[in-house]
Amino acid sequence: MIKVENLVKRFGGIRAVDGCSLAVAKGSVTGLIGPNGAGKSTLFNIIAGLLAPDQGTVWLDGEDVTGWPAHRLFRKGLARTFQIAHEFGRMTVLENLMAVPARQSGERLVNAWLRWPAVRREEKGIRLRAEEVLAQLRIDHVKHELAGNLSGGQKKLVELARTMMWQPKVVLLDEIGAGVNRTLLAEIAGEIERLNRDHGYTFFVIEHDMDLIARLCHPVIVMAEGRVLMQGSMADVRGDQAVIEAYLGGGKSGHDGVRRGAA
Amino acid sequence: MFGLLMYGLTLLTMIGIYGVLTLALNLQWGFAGLFNAGIAGFFAVGAYTTAILTAPESANHLGGFGWPPLAALPVAMLLSGLIAWPIGRICLGLKGDYLAMASIGIAEIIRLVFKNETWLANGTMGISTVPRPFESLGQPWGNAAFLLLVVLILVVLYLAAERAWASPWGRAMRAIRDNELAAAAIGKDVVRFRLEAFVIGSMVMGLGGALSAMYFKFIGASATEPLLTTFLVWVMLIIGGSGNNRGALLGALVVWLIWSGTELFTNRLPAEWITRSSYLRALLIGVLLIVVLQRFARGILPERPPRRID
Repeated sequence: MIKVENLVKRFGGIRAVDGCSLAVAKGSVTGLIGPNGAGKSTLFNIIAGLLAPDQGTVWLDGEDVTGWPAHRLFRKGLARTFQIAHEFGRMTVLENLMAVPARQSGERLVNAWLRWPAVRREEKGIRLRAEEVLAQLRIDHVKHELAGNLSGGQKKLVELARTMMWQPKVVLLDEIGAGVNRTLLAEIAGEIERLNRDHGYTFFVIEHDMDLIARLCHPVIVMAEGRVLMQGSMADVRGDQAVIEAYLGGGKSGHDGVRRGAA
Repeated sequence: MFGLLMYGLTLLTMIGIYGVLTLALNLQWGFAGLFNAGIAGFFAVGAYTTAILTAPESANHLGGFGWPPLAALPVAMLLSGLIAWPIGRICLGLKGDYLAMASIGIAEIIRLVFKNETWLANGTMGISTVPRPFESLGQPWGNAAFLLLVVLILVVLYLAAERAWASPWGRAMRAIRDNELAAAAIGKDVVRFRLEAFVIGSMVMGLGGALSAMYFKFIGASATEPLLTTFLVWVMLIIGGSGNNRGALLGALVVWLIWSGTELFTNRLPAEWITRSSYLRALLIGVLLIVVLQRFARGILPERPPRRID
C-alpha cells in the first residue's frame, strides 16, 4: 500500500531520515517504533505530503506520489493523525468531523449561496455520518463543544474520528495513544482492529506503548538514526539485540520507561 | 433641523460604507485568517476606477469616460479582484505574517502610483468631478436615495456572508484558519480556499472604495490614507468581533460614531492643537481598542459556530 525507497530528509546538519526504505502491506496494521529522533514523524510527514524529501521515492497504492501536496494524497485515500492533536479549535467537534469529506458540493461558493436541495441532502448525510462516528468513539456527548476546549485525550479521539469520516485506504496514526487513558486506549485499539478487519483499512502506526504495538501490529518496523533497523513480529523485535540496545533498553519491561516519550 | 437630517444621513452613509469594508475584512480575517494589512490599496483601486470611469472627460487625468455611476461598480470590483489575484497567488503560500507585510507594501505601491502618475489620476490633486448617483433628486432626497443604495448593497453582502459562514465553504475556510496542516491533511486545497477569500474580500473592498468615491464626489491621495481605511477598518472588526458578521457591522457603527464624534470635539481645540487633531483621534481610537479588548477579549459580539441548517 505504501512503499518508500531510499528516502533522505535533512534539516540543517541533521539527517532526520537517512536512506530509509520500507513497505506497508495492504490490509496490514504495521507498527513503527524507535527511539526519539529516529525520524519516525519526519517519515510520516514525508509520506503524508507535509515535507518534500531531499531524495527518494514514495509510492501510494502503486503510484509514485513523491512530492504530492497533502490534500491530493488525502483524496487518493491517505488519512492521518498528528503526534500533537491538530484539532480545529474554534469549531465544534461535530464540525471538525463534517469538514472532512473532500469535494463537498457546498464547498463551492455558488452552491453555498444557492443551497440547492442536493447540497442540503449531502450536508445531512455528512452530519449523520459524523454523529455515527462520534457515537462509535463515545464522544457524542461533546459534539457541540468547541474542539479547542476538549482534553488532550478527547482531541486525539476527534483526530481519529476524522479519519473515519471517509473511506481511506490507509491511515497513518502518529502516537494515537499519547495522553489517552488506558481504558479508552483499549477501546481505540478495538476500533482499529475492527476497521482493519471489517473495512480493510490499512494502518501504519507510530507508538511508544509496546503493549498496544504488540496487540495490534504485525509486522513491526524499528527505526533508528533515520534508517530501518529491523522488521519482524513483536517477538522478533523484543529478542533482537540491536533493538534492545537502540531503543528498548536493558530491562525486559523496557516499554514502561518510554511510554511518554516524544518521537 | 435640515442640518441635523443631513448630518444623520452622512453618518449613516459612512457607517454603511465602512460596514461594506468590515464585512470584506471579516471574510479575509474572520473566515480565513488572512492578515490583510493593505485594505487601503484595494479601496484605492475601486475608488479610482470609479472616478476615472464616471467623471466627465478631462485633460487632467485618464478619461473620464462619463459612464453611468452604477455601471462602474461591477468594474471597480472586477479590477480590484484582478489585482488581488496575482498578489494572492504569490503571497498566500507564505505564512501569515508575510502576507501582512506584503499587503502593506503592495497597498502603498498602489497608492503611490495613483498619487504620482499625474496622467492617470491627476496626482495629489485627485479627481473631484466624480458624480454621485441620484444627485439630481436634490437634497435631502438624493442623499437619502444614495443611503438606500448603500444599505441595499450592505444587506445583500450581509446575507451572502451569513450563508457562506454556515456553509461547507465557510467550514472549510475556518478549518484552514484554525489549523492549516490538518486542513490539508483532510483534503482541503488550502491555497485555493485562501485565494477565494482573498480575492472576493478584496473585490468587496474595491466596492467600498467605489461607494466612497461616489459619496465624496472626490478621490485623491488624502482619501486613501491607511489611517482612514486600513487602520479604522481593522479597529472596527476587532472591536465588533471578528468571525461574526453582525459584530463586523456593529464595530463599523460604534467606531464610526466615536470617530466622527471626536471631530466635533477636536474642532473646539485651541488653534495650535488643531493641526495635531488627526493624531489625537488615532490615539483616542487606540485607547478605545485597548479598553474594549480588556472587557471583551474577542469583540463585542464574539464568533459563534453557525447554527445548523437542517
